[in-house]
Amino acid sequence: MVSAPRRYSAAFSPEIIAEIERAADEGLYRIRGFGTLRPLPSFDDLVLLGASISRYSLEGYRERCATNVTLGTRFAKKPIELQIPITIAGMSFGALGANAKRALGRGASAVGTSTTTGDGGMSEEERAESKILVYQVLPSRYGFDPAHLRACEGIEIVVGQGAKPGGGGMLLGQKITERVAEMRTLPAGIDQRSACRHPDWTGPDDLTIKITELREATDWEKPVFVKIGSARPRYDVQLAVKAGADVVVLDGMQGGTGATQEVFIEHAGIPTLPALRQAVEALDELGMHRKVQLVISGGIRSGADVAKALAMGADAVSIGTAALVALGCNRAIYVGDYAALGTEPGACHHCHTGRCPVGIATQDPVLETRLDVAEGARRVRNFLTVLTMEAQTLARACGKSHLHNLEPEDLAALTLEAAAMAGVPLAGTDWIPGRNGC
Amino acid sequence: MCGIVGLFFKREIATPALGSLLAGMLSQMRERGPDSTGFALYGDDAPPGAFKVTLHGLGIEYDWASLEGELATAFPLTCRAQPYGSHAVFTIVADPERVFAWISACHPELDVFSFGERIEVFKDVGRPDAVAQRFGLAHRAGTHALGHTRMATESAVTTEHSHPFSTGADLCLVHNGSLSNHNRLRQTLQREGIRFATDNDTEVAAGYLTWRLRQGRSLTEALEAALGDLDGFYTFAVGTRDGFAILRDPIACKPAVLAETDDWVAMATEYRAIAILPGAAGAEVWEPLPATVYSWHRQ
Amino acid sequence: MIEVDLAQSSVRELNQRLHRIGPGDNEHHWQVVNPNGAHAIAVGLTAPVHIEIRGHVGYYCAGMNAVATVVVDGHVGTGLAENIMSGLVRVRGNAAQSAAASGRGGLVVIEGDASARCGISMKGVTIVVGGSVGHMSAFMGQSGALVVCRDAGHDLGDSIYEADIFVGGKVASLGADCVEKEMTPADLDRVAALLGCAQIAADPERFRHYGSARRLYNFRIDHAAEY
Repeated sequence: MVSAPRRYSAAFSPEIIAEIERAADEGLYRIRGFGTLRPLPSFDDLVLLGASISRYSLEGYRERCATNVTLGTRFAKKPIELQIPITIAGMSFGALGANAKRALGRGASAVGTSTTTGDGGMSEEERAESKILVYQVLPSRYGFDPAHLRACEGIEIVVGQGAKPGGGGMLLGQKITERVAEMRTLPAGIDQRSACRHPDWTGPDDLTIKITELREATDWEKPVFVKIGSARPRYDVQLAVKAGADVVVLDGMQGGTGATQEVFIEHAGIPTLPALRQAVEALDELGMHRKVQLVISGGIRSGADVAKALAMGADAVSIGTAALVALGCNRAIYVGDYAALGTEPGACHHCHTGRCPVGIATQDPVLETRLDVAEGARRVRNFLTVLTMEAQTLARACGKSHLHNLEPEDLAALTLEAAAMAGVPLAGTDWIPGRNGC
Repeated sequence: MCGIVGLFFKREIATPALGSLLAGMLSQMRERGPDSTGFALYGDDAPPGAFKVTLHGLGIEYDWASLEGELATAFPLTCRAQPYGSHAVFTIVADPERVFAWISACHPELDVFSFGERIEVFKDVGRPDAVAQRFGLAHRAGTHALGHTRMATESAVTTEHSHPFSTGADLCLVHNGSLSNHNRLRQTLQREGIRFATDNDTEVAAGYLTWRLRQGRSLTEALEAALGDLDGFYTFAVGTRDGFAILRDPIACKPAVLAETDDWVAMATEYRAIAILPGAAGAEVWEPLPATVYSWHRQ
Repeated sequence: MIEVDLAQSSVRELNQRLHRIGPGDNEHHWQVVNPNGAHAIAVGLTAPVHIEIRGHVGYYCAGMNAVATVVVDGHVGTGLAENIMSGLVRVRGNAAQSAAASGRGGLVVIEGDASARCGISMKGVTIVVGGSVGHMSAFMGQSGALVVCRDAGHDLGDSIYEADIFVGGKVASLGADCVEKEMTPADLDRVAALLGCAQIAADPERFRHYGSARRLYNFRIDHAAEY
């Protein structure tokens, strides 16, 4: 007799059943690292329209496709000049170890781009290695030091991040070592709770005054970035502009984190694709596109993503998870340690445990030695170089001598959702769902 | 998000400098409210049986002369209309509801920005100095006034979305903050017969107060009820025929300052708006407590 | 003594002059008049100057202060001495919300009242208030001391870590995980010393001590209600 195939419920899938069991066992929400695990409409659903008879491409190598970008042209005396439009996003020393911060700084500097501090303040290692460092001002203000503010090249006020728009930072006790505790003025070994709002301002009208204070403290030299998690980017981007930002950093739903409640990661915020379109529209409406620069992050993984993001109107992109993967996150080494965490290479999002098998998201000195700084820096440099070359390849094929000349008309969408979200016609049609009354 | 200001002179008769002082206060709030500016002035009483109405028409210069002619055939006007480009103030002897019905039927393009015995409301897109000049604020006298500079958060930057919002006869509301449950509340209030012209959250708060007042509550009771029914962050200033009231939500993140001398009581989102007032240096200055209604009125 | 009239010159010019003071410079005493509620006066200082501001100021006065002494003869707005690293900031009048927010060191003295969130997120600063403080004071206070001579509003010390709070009058209510603690002889001495530094007269014996119950230090289901 042939046995019938098993039938699984889509609503109560094995994963959902396991999660309900875990919740019943532990009585606490699931906390983990990384970004969204479920599939979402993304840049994968867009394609670039290369040249043919109506458009002409540029020869590779000989015919230049420039990649530089300036951040902070609006008010800062010393805007930031980047060689490539790809920056390293804010990730805390605490969530990451010192070696990871060193490697990111050195790798980014090798290709002329910036890194960003994180929740917990500036580590000496990062300042030493990173030629262009952007200093975050977060709701928690852990480790905030005006001397560090003055020592960095840019200031980034964090209102939120894509993984948890509306939520604050989190670091579990196993990662609060003596050094981290001292930097953050917390007892070692506790589970850090973080504020979700800034302590001394709420709302864009008071953000205006806060930005002025930060400028006054640094003699108006440094560009001020405002970072938001994508929830209502139409409004938030305009408000950041009205509050006086030089640069807006918008982090989509796919953005990663070292630790937060899973419900936040999977069920709050909108994907990077529609967030980016809405942000560009918001800037256009104010006549501020390109005058206030827009940096987009959240699931940027390849030069194709870079090219598409720029085509949609971003001035630059920022990478977090991808940079860590270049360093070795989820690499198939120390496989036994992944198993001990209950996972395997390719499926690991256990940053919150502090037992990162590859020595990146850990404070454990033994584990940290698994990340060789020079080798890590080389890998980050290589990855950033490949992202740039891939973006240039696509841009040249579209006839662009500068990545910034990519435009939305160079794109087509492969799905209805992507067409509607990106505001780009469905391939083979002139149709953008939701536009022009259809 | 926004800046709000209020100035109340304690004496009975109108203070000639009220308008120019309010203009100065609004100017100090321009950075936190760059999108639009509005103010409510309480000046001379309309004659007995009459009421003042501020109308707003499309375009920079509405044909108020022609409207005045039409209105005069339907209702007695006790004085010439006072035109201010896109706004005009009419003084009419009639039941206000009949006038509103006439406007809806004959001139649906007009907005009623305020009505009452003493109130006039002006609001427009633009910075405080420009808007003040457009409506001659610096030359206006009165007993008290509220003002608002707007940084639009979720609804559009238009004249109609600007504050103050009228909530009833001689009543108006300005708001600094952002409500979080206004969409469902708007639907509830619409079922109660309150009409809304915009999707603005402050308009919902104004409609809520109107509804409570219609139920027979006092202004203080209505504001206290608001603490339970409105969610979000707010500092409210409400203008009344003879005074004003303010309320901060229980979390009270949005700043507010009060100041008082023998001559006046003033309120502002930032002290620097109060600093320009005569006698400010010697004023008593304090911060209103959260979830507490403060009110002043002439007897 | 250098006098600066903010009716004639800008806050930006003042701050830039103050930032340029070098080790050998003689410009140590400053008086600022006509502040008229301006924001960000004397922010980001690093030199051993003494600044007296006559009048009321706006937000973030003496924000991020290090080393310097700033005295305000008037009231102050939001965020007085936010993130102060060291030095002394004294206010003769009242302070609006978030006074000394996330301060990491130094001494902040408010002779009048402070409003909501006094000492929010404090990380080592010492705050002495001659009057009362508003609700949510010392919220998430990590380290340092808040001394309040009169009363404290609701939710004092909500979510507090290791900061110490001493209150001479009544406390409207305590926040999550904040409890009354023993007032030891060492605590009495500490309060006496801090009042002395602040030059505020009060009887240390009247003060009660509040701090963390430490039940929220590790995520546990038994305390789910506190989150």
